[in-house]
Amino acid sequence: MYTQAMDTAPKEERRAVRSAEEAVLEQRFDERIDAGGSIEAKDWMPEHYRKTLVRQISQHAHSEIVGMLPEGNWATRAPTLKRKAILLAKIQDEGGHGLYLYAAAETLGTSRDQMIDALHSGKAKYSSIFNYPTLSWADIGVIGWLVDGAAIMNQVPLTRCSYAPYARAMVRICREESFHQRQGFDALLVMMRDGTEAQRAVVQDAVNRWWWPSLMMFGPPDSESPNSAQSMRWGIKRISNDDLRQKFVDATVLQARVLGVTMPDPLLRWNEERGHHDFGPIDWAEFWRVVGGHGPCNRERLAARVRAWDEGAWVRDAATAFARKQAMKEQSMKEQAA
Amino acid sequence: MNSSTISTELPKTETTAEWPKTETTAEWPKTETTAEWPLWEVFVRAKAGLDHKHCGSLHATDARMAVQLAREVYTRRQEGVSVWVVKSIDITASDPGDKDMYFDPMEDKVYRHPGFYELPDSVNHM
Amino acid sequence: MTSASGSIHLEVTPPLQYRLRIADTCLIHAQRLAEWCGHGPVLEEDIALTNMALDLIGQARALLTQAGSLAGQPGGEKPSEDELAFLRDERQFFNLTLVELPLRKASVHAPGGDFADTVLRNFLLAGWLKALWSRLLSSNDEELAAIAGKALKEARYHQRHAADWVMRLGDGTGESAARLRAALERAWPYTAEMFQRDEVDAHAEAAGLGPARDALRAEWQIEVAAVFAEARLDLPADTPFISTGTRGVHSEHMGFILAEMQVLQRSYPGGAW
Repeated sequence: MYTQAMDTAPKEERRAVRSAEEAVLEQRFDERIDAGGSIEAKDWMPEHYRKTLVRQISQHAHSEIVGMLPEGNWATRAPTLKRKAILLAKIQDEGGHGLYLYAAAETLGTSRDQMIDALHSGKAKYSSIFNYPTLSWADIGVIGWLVDGAAIMNQVPLTRCSYAPYARAMVRICREESFHQRQGFDALLVMMRDGTEAQRAVVQDAVNRWWWPSLMMFGPPDSESPNSAQSMRWGIKRISNDDLRQKFVDATVLQARVLGVTMPDPLLRWNEERGHHDFGPIDWAEFWRVVGGHGPCNRERLAARVRAWDEGAWVRDAATAFARKQAMKEQSMKEQAA
Repeated sequence: MNSSTISTELPKTETTAEWPKTETTAEWPKTETTAEWPLWEVFVRAKAGLDHKHCGSLHATDARMAVQLAREVYTRRQEGVSVWVVKSIDITASDPGDKDMYFDPMEDKVYRHPGFYELPDSVNHM
Repeated sequence: MTSASGSIHLEVTPPLQYRLRIADTCLIHAQRLAEWCGHGPVLEEDIALTNMALDLIGQARALLTQAGSLAGQPGGEKPSEDELAFLRDERQFFNLTLVELPLRKASVHAPGGDFADTVLRNFLLAGWLKALWSRLLSSNDEELAAIAGKALKEARYHQRHAADWVMRLGDGTGESAARLRAALERAWPYTAEMFQRDEVDAHAEAAGLGPARDALRAEWQIEVAAVFAEARLDLPADTPFISTGTRGVHSEHMGFILAEMQVLQRSYPGGAW
């Protein structure tokens, strides 16, 4: 999910193993992975493993941070005080999750500034779903239900990721995530069950706009994701794109029935033989357009992050300058006392 | 804090911050943005009777900010929770675990991070 | 209960107005703070500001719920916290005008604020709320005293956090000091309203409900002066300017704040959320 573009990117050049010592290290590394063991920050690891993780974890972090924006769009318009508090807490959780993930990535030799630089320059990506606009309050509910639902499916397997700092961050995230999807679903249920005709129409409209982009969250089909194999070999990725997507469809169709909404897919139907729901073709052209920077909100999202960062530079500088002055004062006082 | 007896002139706004010379931290590499706030490791004890557990890191300019932010981020300000913060670079680590898997026997930092390493003289302007 | 336009109209008594002054100040300040969500200068601080907004919403909800149970409406039911927040008209909001001023977003007719405006306002307001809550601990109204007990802890935390930032900006760089001075010039005239005394204050004081606003000035001034000294800020001179939000007459910003905040409840009358 956070490697949507990486799955199909040309394989990075693998540096030929230089020494017999490295060959031994790599073998032990592979043995530990195959035995289901954990890799910690200071363990030897192939450079490609490290680089893949830095990209995936940082893109996961960027997704959380950018993900604050579509929901933040409605923070000042939430319809009740309870919903306002729930939404703010959710957005705050996402900020916190981004922070845990940046922290995990920093154990691999990158810094927060470097990662943010990569995001702002367009080198690093974030999940394509956040490039869609939130046009009504129902969108907020649908994001909780579908988008967080999809994210949770992806995140639970990551709690068993071979790289332990990432796995531990995911455990923490999953623990906090549990209320997000429930709250989104609950908001929609109230509108569908107890709301007005107008409210029901707004909910259905939101589902119509978010369904297909949610399916695209799981990335390209397995047949077009050659790099997935290496990630799965390394215990970074546990379940394939298509399998996760299918799992998501099966779970969500049942939930939709409870809500009383329909999915905008005439080909969506239960297949008795397969034991799963069939669904219609995904418009991959749209997916690649959005991943490539040409979705509805790509420019705005990135601009908002860049602006927040740039306009905050004087604040960060001031804090740094103040800390430096305090440290010098303390040092000087120590010297005088000595 | 009492009024200081040192006269410090307000530093010009620069794009990189210089750390006091008594510290052993390396200067951050110049990027378009300014010097990064130092990294701190956070340890939290959920309730009395338990140990402090390492739960992650955050960026802050000084210990006071680090503790406050750690409470905001890692405990959501729950009462009764104890928080320790340590500058990542001040932690000395050794991991004898599996010597065959060890990154570098001479390495005594918690993990690899651009801020933990001395830069070559050509880049280090201090 | 609701009029044709969707608004509710309260019969405003002094004890009701006294409570709404505090509730609305917390609510509108939280509304402004929420604008920073996702746009803060540093991620950790974004989370801290949202925490503060959540605390304030909690305080507003507790006060509005209580106020609702006291509010008599001709003919009927007691308004809920949400009806009070989303269906009152501007003239029946009683927050300090200070909290209406821009904190981040610019609007068509006014430039935005910046982080200096934000930390300064947080500091000035938290100090005021702290002084207020600490005296409300001994209110004759037990429920109000209980609300104050929890809110006081939060106000202390907010004040500490904001004071640290005021000092950082005041004694940071040349730019941060200049921005902080400018923010102070903008905010200071609106602090006079925090310490006015009118018939609503007099009523609360006489009834043992809570302190009159002018009783809060001395403590607040001392704390503010101490932090300003560390921050190398001079106290601006007082002027005859008095804002009047606490009397229901607001700045031009309030209309826009309420339009945004109340839009959904007004667009979907009878809706379920």
